[in-house]
Amino acid sequence: MSLATGLEAQPVAASPTPPTLAAPKALTLPRMVERTLPNGLRLVVVEHHELPVVDAQLVVRTGSEADPAAKAGLATLVANMLDEGAGTRDALGLAEQIGFLAIRLGTFASLEQSVVSLHSTRATLDSAMALMADVVLRPTFPEKEFNRLRSERLTALLQEQDRGPAMADRAFSALVFGEQHPYGRSTSGSKETVEPIALEDVRSFWQSWYRPNNATLVLVGDLTMADAEALATRNFGAWTQAALPASPVYASNRMAPRPTTIHIVDKPKAAQSSFRLGGVGVARNTADYYPLMVMNTALGGSFTSRLNNTLREVKGYTYGAGSGFGMRRERGPFTARAEVVSAKTDSALIEFMNELRNIRKPLPAAELDKVKRYLQLGYADGFESTSDIAAQVASLVPYNLPLTTLGAFNAGIGKVTAADVQRVAERYLDPSRLTIVIAGDRASIEEPLKKTGIAPVTVVDMRGRPVIVP
Amino acid sequence: MALPTFRRLPSGGRTASALAAAVLGAAALCTAPAAVLHAQAAPSIPHEKYTLPNGLEVILHVDRSVPIVAVENFYKVGSGDEKRGRTGFAHLFEHVMFMGSQNVPVGKFDEWLEAAGASNNGSTNFDRTNYYETGPSNALPLMLWLDADRMGWLLPTMDQSKLDIQRDVVKNERRQSYDNAPYGRAFETILPVLYPADHPYSWPVIGSLADLSAAALDDVKDFFRTYYAPNNATITIAGDFDPDSAKAWVNKYFGHIPRGSTAITRPTTPPVRITRDTLMLMEDRVQLPRVYYTWPGVKTYSEDDAALDALADILANGKSSRLYRTLVYDKQIAQDVGMGNNSNKLDGMLMLTSTAKPGVHPRELDAEVAKAIAEIAERGVTERELTRVKNGMRASTLDRLASVLGKATQLSTYNYFTGNPDYMAQDLARYERLTVADVQRVARQYLVSRPKIVLTVVPEGKKDLALTSTATASPAAGSTR
Repeated sequence: MSLATGLEAQPVAASPTPPTLAAPKALTLPRMVERTLPNGLRLVVVEHHELPVVDAQLVVRTGSEADPAAKAGLATLVANMLDEGAGTRDALGLAEQIGFLAIRLGTFASLEQSVVSLHSTRATLDSAMALMADVVLRPTFPEKEFNRLRSERLTALLQEQDRGPAMADRAFSALVFGEQHPYGRSTSGSKETVEPIALEDVRSFWQSWYRPNNATLVLVGDLTMADAEALATRNFGAWTQAALPASPVYASNRMAPRPTTIHIVDKPKAAQSSFRLGGVGVARNTADYYPLMVMNTALGGSFTSRLNNTLREVKGYTYGAGSGFGMRRERGPFTARAEVVSAKTDSALIEFMNELRNIRKPLPAAELDKVKRYLQLGYADGFESTSDIAAQVASLVPYNLPLTTLGAFNAGIGKVTAADVQRVAERYLDPSRLTIVIAGDRASIEEPLKKTGIAPVTVVDMRGRPVIVP
Repeated sequence: MALPTFRRLPSGGRTASALAAAVLGAAALCTAPAAVLHAQAAPSIPHEKYTLPNGLEVILHVDRSVPIVAVENFYKVGSGDEKRGRTGFAHLFEHVMFMGSQNVPVGKFDEWLEAAGASNNGSTNFDRTNYYETGPSNALPLMLWLDADRMGWLLPTMDQSKLDIQRDVVKNERRQSYDNAPYGRAFETILPVLYPADHPYSWPVIGSLADLSAAALDDVKDFFRTYYAPNNATITIAGDFDPDSAKAWVNKYFGHIPRGSTAITRPTTPPVRITRDTLMLMEDRVQLPRVYYTWPGVKTYSEDDAALDALADILANGKSSRLYRTLVYDKQIAQDVGMGNNSNKLDGMLMLTSTAKPGVHPRELDAEVAKAIAEIAERGVTERELTRVKNGMRASTLDRLASVLGKATQLSTYNYFTGNPDYMAQDLARYERLTVADVQRVARQYLVSRPKIVLTVVPEGKKDLALTSTATASPAAGSTR
């Protein structure tokens, strides 16, 4: 388009085309060193001296997947209980000390790990690590705090009904995997499974799984390998190892994929419909890891991805759309998602289906190139701070992946071809075998969804169970 | 800090109402004991600052530790510059700024950055709008060129369709963060009661659906011509780059963008004038009632700002706060409690929120809140509580140096509010100077002597759960600041 004004004084841009960029610098990853203490605790250390701070993550390789089905929510309650009294301090004494030292100490559990994380300045590190060791090795599990936390959990579960997105997440997992499978349940459990959990369950889960031979301690920051080894030995050296229970085994393909069905979870008067579409995907150790990264980035993994571009930037139906593979020890879910204005629920579904079909066609060369460069050149961003690096290392632990995995990323992405992308799209995204969950205002969205003729429509509750339609 | 509204959810960001983010996410929880930072130099971000002939401020900070560079383009305009009838416009305009410009076709702004390995976003709050990119060092000239093209040449390719699309996107952002989120409309219910009708903080940054519908292409053009001029902007570059090259690029791309021809008039705001306690009720599709206490506060970096931060932390923020102990831990009548001192350029507010446990009437919460405030007003806080706050501020200051983007944001924010990009040591000194007497005084002055707003959000059909009176101190009618 030419300048509309004829004014000579109107300045023009210094250049009508983007500048040519110099070659990117090669990324040198920080050196990672590992050791194993005599009690089996694996130690990974990364020196990073830019700021006088240290990040630590103690990763126990067991999480909610070890919950008994009837007591789902146990692993996350165990993690929550760790800092409700430990060593010589009660819950508030511990919180006060953490606040006073101004360290961050977090405890959480996900499906395949239980984690205690620490962020501290170098100066407070000795006291901070001692507290961290108290929390991991010497939790006191007071009955009073257990009862309070369980009650808080039940309240939080009640509050899930306030949020359409949370209802959609829960129903989607249950429908894709079935509630008998740990991937089909929420890590926070449900009212029925949290109520029967007893303090004894918490203690025994902790005793069974929180063992040095089931854990990795990641230390990143302003310390040397010698410092780190001394710290780890002093604080975790006396942690006693023990034989671990047999890990639960699940056949993650137990739920045979069914023909595409639309499941409405009713959220009366909701301003938006929460979309979750997908099915069973892949495990973290899949041989298709890199092609899947490229394929998903093109489909829904970045701002300019097809899903976000179509549903947000072209149609204006949503504030954001995306997709991802939850790669786990076993085949986790593939999920495409968006929060869509209620009145465009049917139109948005049509666009979702189009994109899921189109990604199975060959990816144009320019798009493949953009996605690969985005992944490769943006990779350095994940290694900037001590907490970034600790997170990168910790992300390998549940899957027993070697540290060299991190350095292999750019070459792995580099090898991906358009044919690889098409192959994995065809293999893992089947539009005729999709689980579609839409949590929204049933009264206004059900008929329009039926009219699309895309798939049969059923109504389920937030656990994916059929609702008897009046 | 003010409540930003982002162009897109920051990665890893939850869909939280701006309010929850402000009140529950304001805890600064990390630090070194006094001995440490005294042994080190005061935290600082070495930088160079200069101004181009067209008024554009440039701030440079070199950090070669990782081959990453961040650019922040900071415009001194926010929703605080809006007029009634066009609320939400500054943020809507922020979205339009990504739709391409004279030499950047629609969609290419993001595409070219992604192809270079960079990511970007923007955010708007009451006081300012910022646009930022992070990426590999070699992408710096591309970032600068893109930012310059939209600063200088947004309008030649601006059209109705660009506005219409982003209007729909922003409406969905509003639905996602406010209308379809539990308690999501509480904040915008409080603002017009706290601030007079002509005060630009009396509406939320996101604006109303009706005003977003009313925004027209001429508004876009006028807004751009008025506020999006080099003399109303700052470019901050932080990270791995060569300063001479960076200066040359800035000069080449931004140097000949003309100054704005319109004089910028900053809003002058009437004083907050609530003269007596106001109790409000709002029904929402929620399971549990939640109470919001809001007191008029102060401007950012003004005299009592730091003491109010400390008061909020000690009273109701985090697991070592007093109200966490009574409401959540001892009596177990609340599911959560949080407090924030939300201070901005023109004015501020203090907000305390707590959600009742099932079966608990909010008046039980109110009694404890009243007791805790009275306790601090009468007997003050402990030295150890105050030291905890100071330790926390020291540590969080250090943590703000962990990323180049964080440092860029810090430099431009300090520059905007104080004129000094490296205000870090002075900022920290505000907290170091605090005494327990200061905290007690501000508790009396702001929480006890001033009228407040008490809003109860109740489940639909359960109006009986609303507070109709409060046990917290109520000043005699007519007392104002």
